[in-house]
Amino acid sequence: MNDKTRRLIQRLTLTPYSVWAVLFIVVPLLFVAYYAFTDQNFRFTFDNISRFFTATSVVDNGETTREVHTYLVIFMRSLKLAVISTAVCLLMGYPLAYIMARASERTQSVLLTLIMIPMWMNFLIRTYAWMTILQDTGILNGFLSALHLGRIHIIGTESAVVIGMVYDYFPYMVLPIYSIMAKLDVKLLEAASDLGCPGLSVLRRVIWPLSIPGVLSGITMVLIPSISTFYISQKLGNGKFFLIGDAIEGQYTANNLHFAAAIAFILMVILLVCMALMQKLANRRLVAA
Amino acid sequence: MKKIVEIKNISKSFGDNVVLDNINLDIYDNEFITLLGPSGCGKTTLLRIIGGFEVPDQGDVIFMGENINGLPPHKRNVNTVFQRYALFPHLNVFENVAFSLREKRVPKDEIQRAVTEMLSLVALKGFEKRSVTSLSGGQQQRVAIARALVNQPKVLLLDEPLSALDLKLRKDMQVELKNIQKATGITFIFVTHDQEEALSMSDTVVVMTEGHIQQIGTPPDIYNEPQNAFVADFIGESNILDGVMLEDYKVRFSGHTFQCLDKGFGPREAVDVVVRPEDVDIVPEEKGHLRGVVTSVTFLGVHYEIIVDIGGFKWMIQTTDFHDVDEHIGLFIEPDAIHVMKKSKFSGMFGDYSSFSDEMDEIGEVDLEELEAESETTK
Amino acid sequence: MKMKRASKIYTALIMIFLFAPIAILLVFSFNEAKSLSVFTGFSLKWYRELFRDSETLRAVLNTLLLAVSASLISTVMGTAAAVGINKLRNKVLRSTLDSVTNIPMINPDIITGISLMLMFVFVGRLFGAATSLSFWTMLISHITFCLPYVILQVLPKLQQMDQALPEAAMDLGCTPLRAFFKAELPEIMPGVVTGLIMAFTMSLDDFVISYFTAGNGFQTLPIRIYSMTKKTVTPKMYALATIIFFVILSLLLLSNFYDEEAMNKRRQKKKSKEK
Repeated sequence: MNDKTRRLIQRLTLTPYSVWAVLFIVVPLLFVAYYAFTDQNFRFTFDNISRFFTATSVVDNGETTREVHTYLVIFMRSLKLAVISTAVCLLMGYPLAYIMARASERTQSVLLTLIMIPMWMNFLIRTYAWMTILQDTGILNGFLSALHLGRIHIIGTESAVVIGMVYDYFPYMVLPIYSIMAKLDVKLLEAASDLGCPGLSVLRRVIWPLSIPGVLSGITMVLIPSISTFYISQKLGNGKFFLIGDAIEGQYTANNLHFAAAIAFILMVILLVCMALMQKLANRRLVAA
Repeated sequence: MKKIVEIKNISKSFGDNVVLDNINLDIYDNEFITLLGPSGCGKTTLLRIIGGFEVPDQGDVIFMGENINGLPPHKRNVNTVFQRYALFPHLNVFENVAFSLREKRVPKDEIQRAVTEMLSLVALKGFEKRSVTSLSGGQQQRVAIARALVNQPKVLLLDEPLSALDLKLRKDMQVELKNIQKATGITFIFVTHDQEEALSMSDTVVVMTEGHIQQIGTPPDIYNEPQNAFVADFIGESNILDGVMLEDYKVRFSGHTFQCLDKGFGPREAVDVVVRPEDVDIVPEEKGHLRGVVTSVTFLGVHYEIIVDIGGFKWMIQTTDFHDVDEHIGLFIEPDAIHVMKKSKFSGMFGDYSSFSDEMDEIGEVDLEELEAESETTK
Repeated sequence: MKMKRASKIYTALIMIFLFAPIAILLVFSFNEAKSLSVFTGFSLKWYRELFRDSETLRAVLNTLLLAVSASLISTVMGTAAAVGINKLRNKVLRSTLDSVTNIPMINPDIITGISLMLMFVFVGRLFGAATSLSFWTMLISHITFCLPYVILQVLPKLQQMDQALPEAAMDLGCTPLRAFFKAELPEIMPGVVTGLIMAFTMSLDDFVISYFTAGNGFQTLPIRIYSMTKKTVTPKMYALATIIFFVILSLLLLSNFYDEEAMNKRRQKKKSKEK
């Protein structure tokens, strides 16, 4: 292909997408920053940003009242629940990915399909299913009382929210880890045992280091949606546990776009920093290995 | 003979990298011409310019008297056999060969006839319905040739077509390619880095390096009368020595004055002298023109290859008699074994076997990575 | 063998965790009563009610319309973009494009949705429109988040392809455009189809971005489900979920079957090669 045709093809194929990407990916992000730093009349202001860090509210737990930083508390709670959910997903998902990768080809494809079916169901429905299970009058309590085990109150607690997050995002953890593990050369494992590595050691010294890229991408794929969700907390937290996503959505519904943009902006910056750090960590690990 | 392709003052650079520098070349009808050179010498780029896949920065490509500089590949009466064949994996053997005919909307029965004829030419009758991905390398090669020839091009371009085949198959295909060329009468322009391949198949060999043509000639010319140290070294094995032309037919090198067949140099002109390893006779020490000590011996089946130290310069000599290491021998060199060349920028770069090992051979061999790097830059 | 049994039990437990909620939805969609914990008797009442719910049916149609248009447009544009990116030699431009393409995949949906919404609102206000959100803003948003997935599917296929294939087609008489359709496209078709399917399902499934960019008049199924679950819910929702489940199941089985066919064919080919 000579230079002239190549340039022509490049222009014809890349122009629509480039224009689209600038207009609908880059520019909207600039709008987030623009709204975040302006007031209702589009005059420059830091108020939205500083409101996130300084706004306070009073918590009344019956006996004492205390003043807390509203949005910082919300953010820390989001972070906490997201990290817990991600950790649970990893602990549950890693062994499953390992078992799948070692299974016969047929079993692998069946398990893969099974894991993907819930993923393809809309997450609203999935979350809602858990609501019907965990409700005070729900199936879990019906089951427990039928066994005379008494009832538990779980809906509206942080545990319920974590259960919802784990259930919704579990496949996003398993699939990347599985796809890396399935590609691992069996000979590599044989070589390891040949070199005198016992089973558990093979896992620790060969499989785990090699599967780290999959683990990292699994962590990102679970952490990011769970830190920014707003439906799960509304349904399973009974609206008692405001998360950062709820804050954004709430401001949006209240038509308070500038403050919604400010929260989104701060979330975005924090995630960017986290991801850069994680990338750096991963690179260092790879270099060390 | 009729000129079919004329390359006039072609230059081409990729960025700062000058790949072709003012190339001139005439290619004649019915000729098997080979562009030979190490990787990065510009041979593939030159081929791609003829095919229309690159546009030269300057200069003209004349095809049957017509300037075809701006003509895109699909309008040129030239076809290409690509390095890794580039067969269409989604089409079977028949459809691959029929591709260009379908593109030209040739009637069905005509296509049937032409494709069948082509497949029998390349000995692939009965493979019509086979998927190309199920074929062996040699068979894929034949499909690629049939696909390019079915169009009855005036010129067939072959870009290192044999490099992916193993040695035995490569030898067979060399013979076959030559036969096909003779049978069809189509001009073949063949690119290779393998000098044996070039010598055994070509009517004309064009030796290139660093974007320049070093020599154009028949295989015996190129071998026997290399124009400079690069050609002498690249084609076959050579001992290349610094010498002085004392007068016509008299050259002095290695501390001895020899009779030779060369003339027409200036008085006491410094020259490069080539002596092929097989042209040196080994004689008892006292009877030789030169004396030396054997430093290594390698048995190669037909002959021994020995390295001889003569006053610090290591010669390579091929002999059918065994000589042991540390043996003192004499060398006898006939006038017709001596070839004198003008000094060039390649003088002093080649022709000493003091660091001889098999690495020396690899200068001419291109490993796959380099090849890929080259095709990357030429894309 | 002990390890093997442990693996089996573990896998089974996870599967129970994954499918129990779905099974419960399924069972209670046939419940006669409205109760969520007591099964009183089999009935198709909720299905009948669902099919009488014109708003939901409307939303299904809207979702399909949106998903079909968004996936088709993003597949065409994304495939073209992948072809261009593959031919790009300028490293800076290439890595810039790669990063921009990654943004919608890495960014949380809520930020993608908010950012697009802000722009639409701002531009709409500029033109004096009272409400700027409509089918079209949703379509734009869906195309935007589908594009990276299409590119991600097609680009590796282009890179795996022998780069000489389009040249060979041109050499044999094709114009560059025809060479693309006759030599390149058949090679990358698996990637294009996967990209199309992914774009289609992403669009079908999306709630968050749609939620922020949807106009008043245009409701997709996820948005409809959201507003249904906001109020107290009737088991009608379960009936809907059951239907969706079986549609997805049959689609997955179909595609698995198709994959297996392709795999068998490949195996046969290999065998004939060995002969």
